[in-house]
Amino acid sequence: MEKQLLRFLVNDQEYELFINPKTLLVEALRDHLGFAGAKRGCDTASCGVCTVMVNGMAVKGCSVLAVQVNGMNITTVEGLEKDGKLDPVQAAFLDEGAFQCGFCTSGMIMSARAFLNETPAPKDTMEIRRGIEGNLCRCTGYNSIVRAIDAVAKGKYREGA
Amino acid sequence: MTANKYSVLNTRVHNVDGYAKVTGRATYTFDVKLPGMLYGKILRSPHPHARIISIDPTEALKLPGVRAVVTGKDTLGVKQGIWRRYPELCDEQILTIEKVRYIGEPVAAVAAITEEIAEQALDLIDVQYEVLPFVDDPMEAIKKEAPMIHEGVERNVNVTRHIEWGDVEEAFEEAEYVREDWFKLGGQAHMCMETRATVASYTSDKKLTVYTSTQSPYYHQALLAGVLGLRESDIRVIAHYVGGGFGGKFELDASQFCASVLSMKLSKPVKIVFTREEDFIATKRRTPMYYYVRTGVKKDGTFCARETRVFTNGGAYTGMGATALYLTGFFHSFPYKWKAYRYDGYRVYTNSLPSSSMRGFGAPQAMFCSEQQIDWIAADLGLDIIEIRRKNAHTTGYEVPGQATIGSCGLNQCLDRIEQWIKAKGTLPKNRAIGISAAGFMTGGIFNWFDSPYSFSSAVVTINYDGVVELHVGAQDIGQGSNTTLAMICAEALGVKLENIKVHSGDTDHCPADLGAWGSRQTLMAGNATKMAAEDAKKQLLEFASAKFGYNIIYDLDIKDNWVHNVARPERGMNYVDLVKEALRGKDGQRIIGRGHYTPHRKGMISPAYSYMVQAVEAEIDVETGKLSIINCTTAHDCGQPINTLGLIGQLEGAASMAAGYGYLENMPVEDGKVMNPNLVDYKIIRAPDMPECEIIEIDTYEPEGPYGAKEAGEGLTNPTAAALGNAIFHATGLQMKQAPIMSEMIVNAFKEKKKEGGTR
Repeated sequence: MEKQLLRFLVNDQEYELFINPKTLLVEALRDHLGFAGAKRGCDTASCGVCTVMVNGMAVKGCSVLAVQVNGMNITTVEGLEKDGKLDPVQAAFLDEGAFQCGFCTSGMIMSARAFLNETPAPKDTMEIRRGIEGNLCRCTGYNSIVRAIDAVAKGKYREGA
Repeated sequence: MTANKYSVLNTRVHNVDGYAKVTGRATYTFDVKLPGMLYGKILRSPHPHARIISIDPTEALKLPGVRAVVTGKDTLGVKQGIWRRYPELCDEQILTIEKVRYIGEPVAAVAAITEEIAEQALDLIDVQYEVLPFVDDPMEAIKKEAPMIHEGVERNVNVTRHIEWGDVEEAFEEAEYVREDWFKLGGQAHMCMETRATVASYTSDKKLTVYTSTQSPYYHQALLAGVLGLRESDIRVIAHYVGGGFGGKFELDASQFCASVLSMKLSKPVKIVFTREEDFIATKRRTPMYYYVRTGVKKDGTFCARETRVFTNGGAYTGMGATALYLTGFFHSFPYKWKAYRYDGYRVYTNSLPSSSMRGFGAPQAMFCSEQQIDWIAADLGLDIIEIRRKNAHTTGYEVPGQATIGSCGLNQCLDRIEQWIKAKGTLPKNRAIGISAAGFMTGGIFNWFDSPYSFSSAVVTINYDGVVELHVGAQDIGQGSNTTLAMICAEALGVKLENIKVHSGDTDHCPADLGAWGSRQTLMAGNATKMAAEDAKKQLLEFASAKFGYNIIYDLDIKDNWVHNVARPERGMNYVDLVKEALRGKDGQRIIGRGHYTPHRKGMISPAYSYMVQAVEAEIDVETGKLSIINCTTAHDCGQPINTLGLIGQLEGAASMAAGYGYLENMPVEDGKVMNPNLVDYKIIRAPDMPECEIIEIDTYEPEGPYGAKEAGEGLTNPTAAALGNAIFHATGLQMKQAPIMSEMIVNAFKEKKKEGGTR
C-alpha cells in the first residue's frame, strides 16, 4: 500500500511521518516515534492500555489509524509532566498507590486526565468509575484509582491547595 | 489501633517504582528493542490431539524477510517441568516432536524481520497431522476406554495426592448429621495486562540474555539452561518491570523457549510477544475441578469428619498443577479443626490447555465448596453461621495433624469483627443478602521440588560512602510491590530513611537467587533475608560506633531515623551518614556489605506461617435475569504486622476484584478442547463500575516466623469471595449454587428448578 504523509503534534511537538496507511495510532507512537508509555494488551479495543488523548479526548490508540489523526494534537503520558512537575493525576496515582504492575497505568492516567478535563466535578464516584470503564486493570481492583481521581476532582492538587 | 512503633513500617509511602510507572518510563519486556532484533511467531496446533507426521517449512523459508523456522527437531527435545525432582512430571516439550495434546500447542516457530512477515510465514508451514481421538473432561479421561494422552499413563492419571488424619470412619460414626455434595469449579485466565513476552539475545560466545515477563528470573534461568544445554550462569534473565503474573509466569513458556531457540540458531536477538488470544488458549489457567465433599458434624455444630475427593482437569501437561492438587486438599480443611480428615485428589490429563497455579493456588475452589456447605449445614441444623465457624476455628498454636503448626491466628477476632459489621448493617432490601466465608492461606511454600541448591531467598546490602544502601534481592516485583516492601524492611532494620534505599531486583547477573514471586512467599522469605542482611550491615556499623564512642560496653547502640545513638541516652549519638564515612575509612575503604538468607526449617509440610480472614459479601440478585452485583465486600484480615500500608490495601482490593471475577464473571468454557472465548470482549473481567467498595478491618497479630511479625497478604484474599457470594445468594434466595463461576443463567435455571419442586428448600 502506498505510504502517506502524516503531520501531527505529539505532546506539543510537530512530527512528520511517511507511513503505511494501515498503521495504527499506537503503532505510530510506539514503533515510529518511541512514545512507548502507551502499551497494547488486546486485539479487540477492549482493554484501554493504549489510551492517549487526541485533541483532549481519550482515544484507544489501537482503534484509530495514524493517518486519521493528521493535523491533530496528541497527548501521551510522556507529555503530562510539565517543567519537572507531575500532572495532578500522576501525583494522585502515586499518593493513592493507584497502580501495581503499571502496565495499564499510562492508559489509565490518560483516561483519567481526559475524564477530569470533561468532568471537573464528577457528581459521585460512580461517575468516575464509568469514566474509566473502558480501561482494564488486573491488579488494583480500581478502587485506589477512583480515590486518586476523586482527590484530584476535590481539588487536593490545585495550586496552593 | 495502637501507635506505630516503627519509623518506616506500616506508614504510607510511595511505591519505589512509582515515578517510573506514572510517567510511562517503566520499561517492560513488551517495550524492549535491541539492535538487529528479529520478531518471532509461533505456529500452533489446531487439533486437541494429533500425531505429527511431518512439518515442511520450505515455502515459509522462501518468503522474503523470513530468517529461520524451528521445530522440535531443532531442539534438544528435553521434556521439562517445574517439578524437577520428579522426572515423570517433567512432561512438556515446548516445541513438541511427536504429538500435540491441546489446541494451541506450539509445533514450530518463525523468526523474520517484522512481526507481520513472521505471521504470514506461519501459513506457509505445511504440517501433516494424524488426528487422534481426544478427551477434554477429567471424568471422561479417567475412564478405561478413554484415549491415552501420555504414553504409559494409565487412565490419564497424572498425579494423585492423599491427605489423612484421625480415624475418619470412627469420626463419621460420632457425627449426628452428615451431608454430601458435588461441586464443579471452572478455570480462570490469569489475564495479565502484559501478555507473555520475551526478547532472547544469544551471542556466539555462548551467552544468552533473556528479557522476559517473569515471576521468577532464577527459575527461568535454570529451566532455560536445562532445555538449551547451556550453563545456568551463562544465561542472564532480566525482568525490570513485569506486567502482572498471578501465578501464570513462573513456568517455562513458549515465548521464552522459542525466542531462545531461534536466537541461538541465528545469533540475533528475537522477540516474541503473545497475542491476547494466544495468552488465553496456550498458556495455563486456574485448575478446573470436580469436588465431592462429605461432612459429618454434631448437632451443636462441632465438626467431626470430612471426606473429600477431587478430580482436577489437568489439561495436557503437569506444570504447577501437582502443587495445586495438594494445596486444594490441604486448604479444603481450612481454617477449621477436624477430628478426622481424608482427602484424595486425582489430577487427570485431558486434551485441553494445561491448568496450573493461579492466585490462591487451589484454595478458592476448596473454599467455594467448603464454606457454602458449612452454611447449608448450619441452615439444616438451625445454627448460626458465625457460631458454627467460631466453634471449629483454628487458633494460635493449633497443629494440623502431620501437616502444619499455626504460629499465629487471628481468626476468632476476624469472626467477631465481621459479626459486628453484619449486625450494624441491619435489615437489607429485598433480594439482597450478606454471605460470609472464612479462609486462610500460606505464607510461602516449604516445597522445593524444583530442587534449588540455593536458599529460598537471599539478599545483599551494600552501604556506599554517602549512606545510600544498595539492596540486591532475587525477589521479583511483578506489581505486588515487593521492591517497596523489601526497601521498607531494609530501612527499618538498618534504622535509616526509606529514601536511602535503592532496590536492585529482576536481573540474575546481579541479584542473588530467589525462588521468586509465587505462593505469597516474598514478604516473609525475602523479607527475612533482607532483614538479616540489613542487620548484618548494621552490626558492622555499630561495632565501629562502639569503638568510636568509647561507652561502657554494657550500653546498647542503635540506629533509628538516620541517628546512631546510645539507647539509654538517645540524644547522644551522631548522624548515620557521617558514621558511614568514618567507618569506611576504618575498613581500608571497603564498603560495608551485609548478607542475609532464608530457608524455612521445622515448619511442617506446607508453610512457615498462615494468614487468616473472614469476608462478608453483600450481593444483590435480580430474580428475573439472574444478574448479580456485589454491593460491598468487607474483610476482617489477619496478615500479622502490616509492612507496606498502601501496598497492602491495593493487594487486598486487587484480590477481591479477581476473586469476584471468579465468583460470577470469568467463565472459561472449553468445548471440543477449544477455549470458546479467547478475547476480552467475550471473557469478562471486573471493570471499574462492577467493583464494590472494599472495607478492610485489620486484625492485630504477631507472626513469630515473619519479619517484624508479618505474613501473607494479597493472595489469600482470592480464596473467600466466590464462596461468600454463593452464600449471599443462598441467604437471599435459598438457592444452592454448586458451580463456579456463578453465571446468571445458572441462577435463572435454579429458580425454574426450584419452582418445579414446589419452592421448598
